[in-house]
Amino acid sequence: MSQFAINLIFVGGSFLLYIGIAIWAKAGSTKDFYVAGGGVHPITNGAAIGADWMSAASFISMAGLIAAGGYANSTFLMGWTGGYVLLAMLLAPYLRKFGKFTVPEFIGDRYYSSNARLVAVICLIVASVTYVIGQMAGAGVAFSRFLEVDATMGLIIAAVVVFMYAVLGGMKGITYTQVAQYCVLIVAYTIPAVFISLQLTGNPIPGLGMFSTHTESGLPLLTKLNQVITDLGFNEYTADVDNKLNMVLFTLSLMIGTAGLPHVIIRFFTVPKVADARWSGGWALVFIALLYLTAPAVASMARLNLMTTIYPDGTASAPIEYEARPNWVKEWEVTGLIKFEDKNEDGRIQLYNDSEAFKAEADSRGWEGNELTVNRDILVLANPEIANLPGWVIGLIAAGGLAAALSTAAGLLLAISSAVSHDLIKGRFNPNISDKGELMAARISMAVAIVVATYLGANPPGFAAQVVALAFGIAAASLFPALMMGIFSKRVNNKGAIAGMLSGLTFTLVYIFVYKGWLFIPGTNNLADTPENWVLGISPLSIGAIGAIVNFAVAFVVSNATEEPPVEIQELVESVRYPRGAGQASDH
Amino acid sequence: MSGHSYDAEQYWKANLRLIFGSLIVWALVSYGFAILLRPMLAGIGVGGTDLGFWFAQQGSILTFIVLIFHYAWRMNKIDEKFGVHEE
Repeated sequence: MSQFAINLIFVGGSFLLYIGIAIWAKAGSTKDFYVAGGGVHPITNGAAIGADWMSAASFISMAGLIAAGGYANSTFLMGWTGGYVLLAMLLAPYLRKFGKFTVPEFIGDRYYSSNARLVAVICLIVASVTYVIGQMAGAGVAFSRFLEVDATMGLIIAAVVVFMYAVLGGMKGITYTQVAQYCVLIVAYTIPAVFISLQLTGNPIPGLGMFSTHTESGLPLLTKLNQVITDLGFNEYTADVDNKLNMVLFTLSLMIGTAGLPHVIIRFFTVPKVADARWSGGWALVFIALLYLTAPAVASMARLNLMTTIYPDGTASAPIEYEARPNWVKEWEVTGLIKFEDKNEDGRIQLYNDSEAFKAEADSRGWEGNELTVNRDILVLANPEIANLPGWVIGLIAAGGLAAALSTAAGLLLAISSAVSHDLIKGRFNPNISDKGELMAARISMAVAIVVATYLGANPPGFAAQVVALAFGIAAASLFPALMMGIFSKRVNNKGAIAGMLSGLTFTLVYIFVYKGWLFIPGTNNLADTPENWVLGISPLSIGAIGAIVNFAVAFVVSNATEEPPVEIQELVESVRYPRGAGQASDH
Repeated sequence: MSGHSYDAEQYWKANLRLIFGSLIVWALVSYGFAILLRPMLAGIGVGGTDLGFWFAQQGSILTFIVLIFHYAWRMNKIDEKFGVHEE
C-alpha cells in the first residue's frame, strides 16, 4: 500500500470518528453549548484540556525549538506546564464556583461594569484570533505534506470537519472530540519517540532515555550530543544561559499567560463541582506532561540522529555524499523545508555552525559555508522517517498533527463565539434574548468565527506569527491579574480593575511594538529587536510578566484612592471562595 | 455564610497558606533549581549533564503535577473540615 493511502486511512478514519461524535453529542441548550451541560468527569475534562491546550505549536514546533536551543529553550517546557499550577490554585476552582459561562462575564459581574466586560471581550478576541490562525495554517500544512492536496484545500476540509462538531455540539461536541483527539495525538507523538529511544539508548521511556547511555558510543547521550555538536562549532546543548533575568521573565510570562488564556479557563466550567475543577487541573497536567516530558527527549535524540546521519563516520571524517543522502531528506527537499547548496562543490553535505570562531577549522577542512538548512518544524513530522519506522507510524503522525491543530482551534473558536453570543449579543445588545435565540446566536457566531479563521489561516496576516508575544502577552498582562484580583481581593473596584487592565495591556503592547513594529507592520519598529537594545536585557516576548505587575500595581493604587466596591460585590467575592452551592449557581 | 464568619475566615486562611506553600515549591524547582541556582547545583551530575538541566526539562514538570494533586487532595479535606464542601 502506498504511503498516501496509509495516510488517507489514518486521517480519514480519525475524521470519521470526530464526525460520529458530533452527531452523538448535539447541544440542546446554551448550557450544553457553552459548558457541555456542566457534567463532564474530571479525568475526561483533563484529557480534553490536554488536547485543547496542546496545539500545532506543542505537537510540531516545540521539539524543534528545544533541539535548536537546547537548555535555553527549556523555558517553553516549564512555562507551558507551570501555568497549570497557577490555574488550579488561583483561578479555576473559584471561577467554577462562580458558575457562569464565560471569562468576560466574571470580569463584568465582579467589577460591576459592562466596560470592564468589554475590555475583557476585546482581549479575549485578539488573543484567541491570533492563536487560532496558527492552528488553521498548521492544519493546512499538515494536509499538504501528508495528503498531497493544496494547503488551502486542506484548510477547507479541516474547517468543514470542525464546523460539523463545533456548530452542532458546541462545548459538548468539542469536549468529546477533544478526548478522542488527545488519544490520537499522544499515541502519534509517543510511538516514534519510544522507538527512537530504544534504538539510541535501549530505554523504552524517552524521558529516561535522554539521561542514559548512548548504546553505540557508550557515553551518556547528552555528553555524546554535546561532543558531536561542539566538534562542528555549535554551542553545547546543555550550556547555561547568561541572561538569567530574561529567562526567568520569559518563563513567568508563559506561565501567567497560560493561566490567563480564556479557551483553557472555560474548560474548567464543564465539571460538576469545585473539587472536580481542582482534580481536573491535576489530570490535565498529567496528560500534558506525557507529551511535554517526551518532547525534550525527541529534541535531543533527533538532533543527534540528524548529525550522525550527515556524519556517519564521526565528525572528524568527511560528511556523507549528497547522492547518498537518505530518502527522508529527499522527500523533505521537495517541500523546501530542507535545503542543500553545495558551496564548495565537493558533492558532500557539510552541516556546521558558520561562525567566526569556527572559521579556521572550516577553512582547514576545505568547507566554504554551511550547506544544509533544516526547518525546525519538520523534526517531529520527519521523526518516524529518520528512525526508519514503518509507514503506518507516518500515517499516525499525520493524524496526530491534525488532531493537535483542530482540537486547539475548536477550543479557541468556542471561546470566541461564546464571547460574541453571550457577552456581546446577550450581555450588551439584547439581554432579553431567549435561551433558544441565544443558542442560535451562538451557532451563528461559531460559524462566522470558523469562516473568518479559515480565511485568515489561508492568508495569514503578519501578526499571526506573533502568538507568543500577542496571545500570551495579552493574557498575562490583562486577563490573569484581573481574574486573580477579582477572587483574592475584595478591595479592588471597577475603576482599579479597568485602569489596571488598560495600563498592563498598553505597557505590554507598546514594549512589543517598539521592537517588533507598530501593529507588527515591518519597518515601523523604533529599535532593532536585538538583545543590546532591550531594556535591562528583557526581550519583548518576556514583557508580559512585567505587564502583569503593572496591572496589579495600578489596580491597587487606583482602587485604594477610590471608593470600596458595593457590599453585594464583596459578598460575591466571599461566595466564590467557598465551594458549597456551586451546583445551584450554575442553573440560572 | 454570615453565621460562620469566623470559620469562613479560618477556611480562607488555610487555603492561602496551602497556596503559598505550594507556590514556594513551584518557584523553587523552576526559577530556582532549573534557572537561577543551576550553577550552584552544577556539581550534581545527572546522566551526562547536571541537576539543573534535569529540573529544567523533566523535574519541574513532574513536581508541578505532584503540587496540583497535593493541593486538590488537601483542599478537598479542608473543605470537609470546615463544612463548605459540596454534597
